[in-house]
Amino acid sequence: MKHLRSIDELGVDGLVALLQLTDHMAEINQRPVPKVPALRGRTVASLFFEDSTRTRLSFETAAKRLSADTMTFNVSTSSVNKGESLRDTVATITDMGVDAFVVRHKSVGIPWQISQWTKASIINAGDGAHQHPTQALVDCYTIREATHTQRFDGMQITIVGDIKHSRVARSNIQAFSMLGAKVTLVAPPTLLPPDISHWPVQINHHLDDVIPSSDVLYMLRLQSERMSQGHVPTLREYSEQYGLTQKRVSRLKDSAIVMHPGPMNRGVEMQIDPSDVKNSLIHRQVANGVSVRMAVLFELLGTGSSLGGQA
Amino acid sequence: MSKSVVIKGGTIVNPDGQSRVDVRIENGKVVEVGANLSADVQLDASGCIVSSGFIDLHAHLREPGKEEAETIETGSRAGALGGYTALVAMPNTDPPQDSIAVIDFVREQGKRAGLVDVVPSGCITLGRLGETLAPMAELAQAGVTLFTDDGVGVQDASLMRRALEYAKGLGVTLAQHCEVAELTKGAVMNECQCCTDLGLPGWPSIAEELMVFRDIELVRITGASMHFLHLSTARSVELVRAAKRDGLSITAEVTPHHLSLTQELLSSYDSVYKVNPPLRSAEDIRALKVGLLDGTIDAIATDHAPHPRRDKEMSLDMAPPGMLGLETALGVVMAYGDLEIKDVVSLLSWNPARIAKIDADHGRPIAVGESANICVFDPDLAWSVDIERLASKSINTPYVGRTLRGRVRHTIFKGTPTVIDGQAQK
Repeated sequence: MKHLRSIDELGVDGLVALLQLTDHMAEINQRPVPKVPALRGRTVASLFFEDSTRTRLSFETAAKRLSADTMTFNVSTSSVNKGESLRDTVATITDMGVDAFVVRHKSVGIPWQISQWTKASIINAGDGAHQHPTQALVDCYTIREATHTQRFDGMQITIVGDIKHSRVARSNIQAFSMLGAKVTLVAPPTLLPPDISHWPVQINHHLDDVIPSSDVLYMLRLQSERMSQGHVPTLREYSEQYGLTQKRVSRLKDSAIVMHPGPMNRGVEMQIDPSDVKNSLIHRQVANGVSVRMAVLFELLGTGSSLGGQA
Repeated sequence: MSKSVVIKGGTIVNPDGQSRVDVRIENGKVVEVGANLSADVQLDASGCIVSSGFIDLHAHLREPGKEEAETIETGSRAGALGGYTALVAMPNTDPPQDSIAVIDFVREQGKRAGLVDVVPSGCITLGRLGETLAPMAELAQAGVTLFTDDGVGVQDASLMRRALEYAKGLGVTLAQHCEVAELTKGAVMNECQCCTDLGLPGWPSIAEELMVFRDIELVRITGASMHFLHLSTARSVELVRAAKRDGLSITAEVTPHHLSLTQELLSSYDSVYKVNPPLRSAEDIRALKVGLLDGTIDAIATDHAPHPRRDKEMSLDMAPPGMLGLETALGVVMAYGDLEIKDVVSLLSWNPARIAKIDADHGRPIAVGESANICVFDPDLAWSVDIERLASKSINTPYVGRTLRGRVRHTIFKGTPTVIDGQAQK
């Protein structure tokens, strides 16, 4: 595997293999010294054109635990703001000797464009509303860990919120379906893409209808600018219709899991503190982020036998 | 005295039929049509079609303002190589073509290049800002017959109504770029399943159709003349068909790329496929072709839109829309259009000449006494684009690696060959 740009590109076998590899990484992270020399001498560059704390830190932590060198490209101080083209920026960093770029950009398709300009591996850390494959891997791993199942056959996963603008939703719909889950999207029609008939999902506009049957309730973040664009009348109305309230939590199955990719909008989609939800996996999502990204980096840059030993 | 030229062994295509005859040209006119003619310069046309030169109703020549992308000279050369003898220059230059000074400049640069007639269009509104009318009467006196804000549509319905009323008094035609801007904010590609998967803001068909509908109704109440630029949807074709049935003074064009390429190509993330209006569905292409055959659509126009490489190398949302068209139009239309030769000539030459009101010298039959603006093309030759050999200053063509059919061999402009055997003569 050369790049990780979309879940599609990964395929079901690649997805399952990465989840299995993540088990090894989780084991490393349990050690007193959670560090192995697997990627010593390799360099991973973070190229974040959009604000991100957790994803960037998660990747950088993952790279360091595998002993890779890291460099961070900070857009606000970079020459991109001085008119240098993205292509020139990528070429310059490539010349410094980079094995992988971790890229986040507001524009759809940037990871594919960059991969034409460099020999390095490309990991998509989010391109516009298109894909965020490592988040989907994290979420699959987290569900797998909580339910002790390799596959999600028959599992009812409900994704709630701004599907239209969500790269997390697009990657997760693909990944959850690949593993056999039944996915239901819950949103007002304005927050769904206009033509969705080819997606392997059910649609429901009423959250309360699907609460009792959901095994996983996956809440998406609603950005406040959606109001000014006419997608929702007010945040209050949205959170009444689609927010997670104590009342809704009480109607969930005992075994149901609540997830959120972060950062949360408390008082909007989360009307309740996640620590008050019995089966909230939101903290597990963050913790597993490092293990999953270690697996991805190792898969792209590592060699088969280099996982053992200590740094 | 210019040298006399003979086109030998080709098949003439005229509105009243086809015939295999030689054509002799002297002093800018066709002087003899018949067998076994000779002249100073002999152009072989065996196996070729001899038709009136093509007229592009929609060329962005980028001068003044964006000479990095194209100049009037390089665009003219690209046009000559594509079989064109006249190009309507779109007014979204910098400064825009809303004053006599700019109109005169564009026309003079065209004459200086001397490869095609460069026919400047004028802006409908001052600065193409959609706020106040451009000095249309003054521009009309300077010979402008086609007015458009192309690149954007005139959004204000009241202003558009006034523009049509005013244009009617002047006897000029308004050409609309149909796009309701509120519906296409940030849009990159047609609203479709592929767009859903990519998470891109969609460019719905309705954004075009609403303005087509609005303007048809405005033409109905004003009695003015209207030309619809680059129609791209099935429903637009239906609307125009019904309007023509009602006898309204409406014409329409379609581009070669909207006849040949579909929206799914954007999933390559290659911004060469980003155009305005966007590439649509295969069903839309089918409807556009029916529109060509039944006369709903009058012309094929290129929307030749050169952009420098560094601009097109940006992300899909940031890259400017548009692709080259002049050098490939015939090859694309012949390869993808499912049209008879006579229809091809009609759509590329006879009809656009009338719409641009340059049919005294262009789009004429090949006959004694007519101006010698002529295109000679091999209708069967299969070829593909060599990016190194484009005459245009830019290279944003999607047809590299695609087989085109039908290639221009010679172009004669005002009696002088501008292209011989596929080579530009200056």
